[in-house]
Amino acid sequence: MQRMPQSDIPFLLRPIARLGDRTIYVLRDLGRMGVFLMFGVAGVFKHPFRFREVVKQLGFIGAGSMAVIFFTAISSGMVLGLQGYYSLHKFGAEGMLGSAVSLTLIMELGPVLTALMVTGRAGSAMCAEIGIMRISEQIDALECMAIDPFRYLISPKFLAALISVPLLTAMFDVVGIFGGYLAGVKLMGVNSGAFFSSMQQSVTNHDIRLGIVKSFVFGLLFVWICTGRGYFVQKIRGAGFGAESVSRVTTQAVVIASISVLIFDYLITAVML
Amino acid sequence: MTITQTADNAEAVIRFIEVTKTFPGHEGRNVVLNRVSFTIPKGRTTVIAGGSGQGKSVTLKLVLGLMRPDSGRILVDGQDVASLRRRELEQLRTKFGVLFQGAALFDSLTVFENVALPLRERTRMSDEEIRKQVAATLEQLELLGHEDKFPAQLSGGMKKRVGLARALQLDPEILLFDEPTTGLDPLMTNDIYRLFARTRQELGYTAVIVSHDIPKVFKLADQVILLNKGEVDVFASPGEIKYSTKPYIREFVEMTMNCEKTGATE
Repeated sequence: MQRMPQSDIPFLLRPIARLGDRTIYVLRDLGRMGVFLMFGVAGVFKHPFRFREVVKQLGFIGAGSMAVIFFTAISSGMVLGLQGYYSLHKFGAEGMLGSAVSLTLIMELGPVLTALMVTGRAGSAMCAEIGIMRISEQIDALECMAIDPFRYLISPKFLAALISVPLLTAMFDVVGIFGGYLAGVKLMGVNSGAFFSSMQQSVTNHDIRLGIVKSFVFGLLFVWICTGRGYFVQKIRGAGFGAESVSRVTTQAVVIASISVLIFDYLITAVML
Repeated sequence: MTITQTADNAEAVIRFIEVTKTFPGHEGRNVVLNRVSFTIPKGRTTVIAGGSGQGKSVTLKLVLGLMRPDSGRILVDGQDVASLRRRELEQLRTKFGVLFQGAALFDSLTVFENVALPLRERTRMSDEEIRKQVAATLEQLELLGHEDKFPAQLSGGMKKRVGLARALQLDPEILLFDEPTTGLDPLMTNDIYRLFARTRQELGYTAVIVSHDIPKVFKLADQVILLNKGEVDVFASPGEIKYSTKPYIREFVEMTMNCEKTGATE
């Protein structure tokens, strides 16, 4: 679409022109990203299936993130255990600590913190990798060899993220609950039986389902935004050129993905709770 | 298949018809191609020359459907590139081999894997057949012994040769070279041209070379297209350029002659 030079627009109309220009840019960007998501998902089902690449990405996104997820989960669980004990102790309800810790982790903190940590670790790397491939014409080269860049490059990452993030979330929940147990039972002296029985009584299948749905959505969100921003690095206004554009777009991708995770966290909770 | 005859009666394989391409600039749009029309004959070598920013690489990207023209049509074997569906475009691209300016090798793959990639992804050849074909191409391009190296471990000239080896794998009808000698020293430049001449003679592909390596690259050309400020001038042979009366071409010819003299004294 042709953009009029600013000098051709009457002074008073320039803010409106800028707003319109910005709106058109955002709509086009959303459209581009929507088509990217469609091709990325469709590429998973295209022949030939890139099994080795999916395994490699599972290693990178999944196995590679386990240490980060472990430490985040254990510290979050321990903090929850201490904070929960402090609050519940005021009402003499320390026995409910297991319930409070597990519900908070399974429904909220597990999916959200896992997605944020994986976005920071794997999402940024994916965005930079694809951005560099774009500016060094490697993606053009794939297209010129009639190799679908989605099937070859993007879709294995989509599939690996959709498998890894729910599994990492499950790991986060278990380790986090163990952290809560350590802080609440072993340090603060809450009864071990009360901790586990309150957890057993309060956690329902619906709560677990909510956590799983969230982890799938967050997994898709982070991989879509991070790979998509890298793929369109040359089309993002104000990103600059060359290495600078990749670094700026990577930062932007991590910020957008993290904010999207938090927004969708609220939306899914509001719909499913 | 639509066949268009060029001036020297060769079949036209690529045809630009009134093509315009602009890019956003600080003051409105920068016109890179302004309603340009020309044809590229089959089985010949066409050199597209011009200064920086005159649209040489853009021309190649338009041919490959990596960019769309603002107006006009680009026909490859009679098919309008801009109107093709994704799958049709993919099919059309199988006719092309491309040597990119920076070679565009995949950093995480070895030389062997880079060259074998189109065969693995686009054919049903067995691993053994792929290994044999890749080894034969690497030998042809004097790259044997470097199969296990990564692109970061290669010199500029070697990267270009690997890029050429990869471009040749699917036996393309048309080979596009984007600045094949940029950043190379004179010895490596000659090396690339020698390999180009040899492979073209052996395989008989249509070659389109975008270059500013003047006058050296003219020695390879059957047809020359000069790009200047959005317009094109087509010459059936490099020798015709010196008869042009256009001021920018006169200036260009003088510059070329100076280059030749400098080259002679060197």
